Amino acid sequence: MDLLKEISESLQKGDDAKVGELTQKAIDEGMVPKEILDDGLIAGMDVIGKRFRAHEIFLPDVLLSARAMYAGMDLLKPLFLRDEVPSIGKVVLGTVQGDLHDIGKNLVSIMLKGAGFEVFDLGKDVPPEVFVDTAEREEAGIIGMSTLLTTTAPAMGRVIEILKERGLNDKIKTIVGGAPVSQDLANEIGADAYGYDAANAVDTVRGIAGV
Amino acid sequence: MKLLLDRLQAGEILVGDGAIGSMLIAHGLEPGQCPDMITLEEPDVIAAIGREYLEAGAELLTTNTFGASPAKLADYGLDDRAEEINRNAVAILREVAAGEAYVSASCGPSGRILEPYGDTSEEELYASFERQMSAVTDADVICVETMSDLREAALAVRAAKAMQPDKPVMATMTFDETPRGFFTIMGTSVTDAIAGLLEAGADVVGSNCGNGLEKMIEIAGEFRAATSSPVLIQSNAGQPVLVKGAVHYQEGPDFFAEHTPDMIAAGASIIGGCCGTTPDHIRAVRKVIQ
Repeated sequence: MDLLKEISESLQKGDDAKVGELTQKAIDEGMVPKEILDDGLIAGMDVIGKRFRAHEIFLPDVLLSARAMYAGMDLLKPLFLRDEVPSIGKVVLGTVQGDLHDIGKNLVSIMLKGAGFEVFDLGKDVPPEVFVDTAEREEAGIIGMSTLLTTTAPAMGRVIEILKERGLNDKIKTIVGGAPVSQDLANEIGADAYGYDAANAVDTVRGIAGV
Repeated sequence: MKLLLDRLQAGEILVGDGAIGSMLIAHGLEPGQCPDMITLEEPDVIAAIGREYLEAGAELLTTNTFGASPAKLADYGLDDRAEEINRNAVAILREVAAGEAYVSASCGPSGRILEPYGDTSEEELYASFERQMSAVTDADVICVETMSDLREAALAVRAAKAMQPDKPVMATMTFDETPRGFFTIMGTSVTDAIAGLLEAGADVVGSNCGNGLEKMIEIAGEFRAATSSPVLIQSNAGQPVLVKGAVHYQEGPDFFAEHTPDMIAAGASIIGGCCGTTPDHIRAVRKVIQ
């Protein structure tokens, strides 16, 4: 079988050892790292994302495939120079201040990485300034904010206000998501986009990133 | 007071209570504050919420211990306070209930993901639940709730039965609708949930939280079709939406009253509420059941 296809299929099975082994084999055979990434790892995660969206598979399968993706990515990373890490965009991601839920955000992070974005995951309970500071420092074009609690929405609005205060709101786009978040809320606080769930986050982020 | 399980087995329909978390927020819980610590910091608030539910007709009062397993409290660096938090939460409601309602000790998910999908071992999680369950000796019943991972739910039920062998244990999971039926986000179906929870030792099984009352009635029907055990259903008041920065749950007390006959017909044995439900919702349900 085609080696890259085999990587993709092992990733879909969540077999991290196999993905690591095959990725190393591809590297040793002199394949272009970017091709291994795009046509092996990312191609596999794309299938996983679609199947998750269709409810054919559940969280455990996604987590196992994500681990397999990392097993391959860890081997590829040293082969890319810092500035040449192939990325279709940079995204700063976090659960807003006051909220300790992060399963949804982690899924979005996995899906975005799987789609070729470079993700700066700030974790949970992230203060508004930290979102903006990180995006500025890393020159990220997108800030993604998640919340599960209904009380933490103002923190998302605060991030957008800081962007405006610093004159960055044209350069850095915002996407918000989480159980209590709606398109109406996104409009109200002035977010650029609303992500209904982790499975469609990639399409939404692609949309506002223009890639 | 008669034993809870005797009443359920006799076919009686009981009324649970409603949300604690959204009530705490209404009482001024700040973002970032640990809800379970309110028990120690402001016991009067916890007692007041319990009293409101009792007056509304709730026959079970749920403790403010949803996140009080050491594994979950560790998020706030409060894991060493677990015993104190759980013991006090039960004591407050014991006094409020005064023999008029059962005190139900809540145990929610740890927020961890078990190996091999995550990094938490079953032993670690079991030890955490063991500590929580060992501190709720004065409760009448234990309620493991909002679970999405059947393995985690089963660990909690087993810990409850090991630490409190004489107490009934209820266990509920949270389901989403998919084209293939209802599943938890971890992929547990209703029938798998029933089998796994009963096998772990649960006396009452069911579902809580979720995507609104109408879906919950369908879920109740699926539970009833697959088990003769008592079924506990605590639906949230619909999906929360934010309107002008304020949270709004779309399903009000009238909506709950209207749908209670369907919930009973579907086979629920205990009907309460989850996120967004208030003493008014419980009062409305109780009126219909009487």
